[in-house]
Amino acid sequence: MSAAATHPWLENLLAGRPELPAQPQAWLSRLRAQALERANSLTLPTLRDEDWRFTDLAPLYALALQPAAPAAGAVGMGLEPVIAPEAPARVVFVDGQFVPALSSTRLEGVTVTTLGAALEAHGHLIESHIAQHAAFRDDAFRAINTAHLSDGALVVAPGDAAGSTPIQLVFATTQAGVAVQPRCLIVAAAGSEVTVLEDYVGLHGGVYCVNAVTEIAVGRNAHVRHIRRQQESPAAFHIATCAVRLERDASYKSVSVAVGARLSRYNLNVLQAGEGIHCQIDGLALLNERQLADTHSFVDHARPHGTSRQLHKCVAGGHAHAVFNGRILVRPGAQRTDSSQSSRNLLLSRRAHVDTKPQLEIFADDVKCAHGATVGQLEAEELFYLQSRGMSEPAARALLTYGFAAEVVDRIPIRSVVDALHRAVLKETQATL
Amino acid sequence: MIASGARVLLDVRNLSTKVAGVEILKGVSLTVRAGEVHAIMGPNGSGKSTFAKALAGHPAYEITGGEASFDGRNLLDIPAEERARAGLFLGFQYPVEIPGVANAQFLRLAYNTVQGARGKDELDPLEFDDFVRGKMKLLEMDPAFLDRSVNEGFSGGEKKRNEILQMALLEPKLAFLDETDSGLDIDALRIVANGVNRLIGPDNAVVLVTHYQRMLNYIVPDYVHVMEGGRIIKTGGKDLALQLESRGYDWVAKEAVAA
Repeated sequence: MSAAATHPWLENLLAGRPELPAQPQAWLSRLRAQALERANSLTLPTLRDEDWRFTDLAPLYALALQPAAPAAGAVGMGLEPVIAPEAPARVVFVDGQFVPALSSTRLEGVTVTTLGAALEAHGHLIESHIAQHAAFRDDAFRAINTAHLSDGALVVAPGDAAGSTPIQLVFATTQAGVAVQPRCLIVAAAGSEVTVLEDYVGLHGGVYCVNAVTEIAVGRNAHVRHIRRQQESPAAFHIATCAVRLERDASYKSVSVAVGARLSRYNLNVLQAGEGIHCQIDGLALLNERQLADTHSFVDHARPHGTSRQLHKCVAGGHAHAVFNGRILVRPGAQRTDSSQSSRNLLLSRRAHVDTKPQLEIFADDVKCAHGATVGQLEAEELFYLQSRGMSEPAARALLTYGFAAEVVDRIPIRSVVDALHRAVLKETQATL
Repeated sequence: MIASGARVLLDVRNLSTKVAGVEILKGVSLTVRAGEVHAIMGPNGSGKSTFAKALAGHPAYEITGGEASFDGRNLLDIPAEERARAGLFLGFQYPVEIPGVANAQFLRLAYNTVQGARGKDELDPLEFDDFVRGKMKLLEMDPAFLDRSVNEGFSGGEKKRNEILQMALLEPKLAFLDETDSGLDIDALRIVANGVNRLIGPDNAVVLVTHYQRMLNYIVPDYVHVMEGGRIIKTGGKDLALQLESRGYDWVAKEAVAA
């Protein structure tokens, strides 16, 4: 049952909501209905909204997107390069559909499955987390995603899980003109360790929209490592929220890389809900032509003795546009917070540009909050140093740009991902020559 | 070593340069023959570094007059990378740090580039690894420096050794070493100097740009030139370096004026 939508784009989108299975869990129906109501009440963001003032969604709103059609025949051709051999467990969704043939949910000690399959056995757990961390009250895209919620990836790590073996979650799109709403829930029980690789990839050149929500609950003294790769098609739109909640003594370390999409927006919200929590959130955007990548991060130091570290790098060539907003909130009483944020941006062409803004809200007085931003080009001294060793200017530029990006790439703890990204970086830097 | 009939590697005549609109070199002339070791000394601001960088092709230095030829070729009308491929090497006074680029990767790239220019074989990463470790042993450099980013976090002395390592790999015909001795303690100085001495032969030459006489005890120059105000104002043998050590630079300038 849908209420009348006010925005034609939204109306069109909501018309394609999937049916729920025959005996839907009551809480899920309620949740979808609430989300639908919010989606219809909220206005879609435009340039006039502070949080979207650099990111113009008009081209997205001009598209009449359809729900993806059920997959016919062999799926997953072209996925090879994305598959990480180090991950014994993998959940693969293509065009919003779980594909068992490409997935492998067997991993000793850790539950790796889909929300759909787990609704009965883990209903309580899912209900206690879904939409609790990525609230949709004030966010239209999260509301839209939640209104569509029927399936997604689920990872549950019990307390004794020791996790450097990565679990891979893949959301691939093969159809043009569609909107897909991927959903992930990762629950790390107290004391557990888990590593998750989250992949978004487009396997064709057409236009489509991915509106994703991921929630990560990190229990006491649990440690989560999260690698996120966005490699959508060059014409695609990718809008995503990842909401992380950490309990005391826990840690969250993530590296997110944005290479694809015509327009991408990543909201990373980290809530330090206990004492002694550490988070490290690093990012890299590699942009060319007319791409726009927008990262809005938010670290909420709600309790004392938390640390946060952030290195966010953007390489922009062509007419590309990189946007970064790094918000840090230190709540009253969050004493001995130690936070540092660095936004480093490299412009490879005259037409590329960067908008970068730290946003510090500090309400405790015994804290350390460092922040810095640089925007620049390759240094003449560095170029000359390489040329004095016989390298041509274009080759020197490519090597220095590679070096700039490599600092973030090298923080990824999965070898095959690092190698693939090194190749992507080299390819990008050569493309800007 | 001075050998009669040795071929001319570098011939600079009346070179003038500007940097950011300011004239720094005001007519420098120098001839370097194969097998020779030259030292260019002088007070700060005399133009010693500028001379080395201008010859290496630094884009910030505008040539406003004069000529320079390297092994018979006009040096000033070819870009920096071609000068390097032709066998000209500059050991930097302040080597640049390149985070994100492994030293091994950078060294191999530089080596293969110059090998390619000479029509010689390139080395793959494994072959190069053996090769470079051998060179590093001679310079008593810890192989751990191969995995670190180029010059990142290196001490001053370690950066200088990395420069000499590059010289050892690239085997240039003519090497300008710009204040290579600064920041080195006695032991490091000895090692670097031995490294350089091992590289000097009858077919190549070295120009040491230095403020202090100390290194010249180890790398004995055939000629010592004194620079002041953008010109070479005196040329002598290795004894000149000792005189400068005991008397300073002032007397040279006065002598030049009186002449």
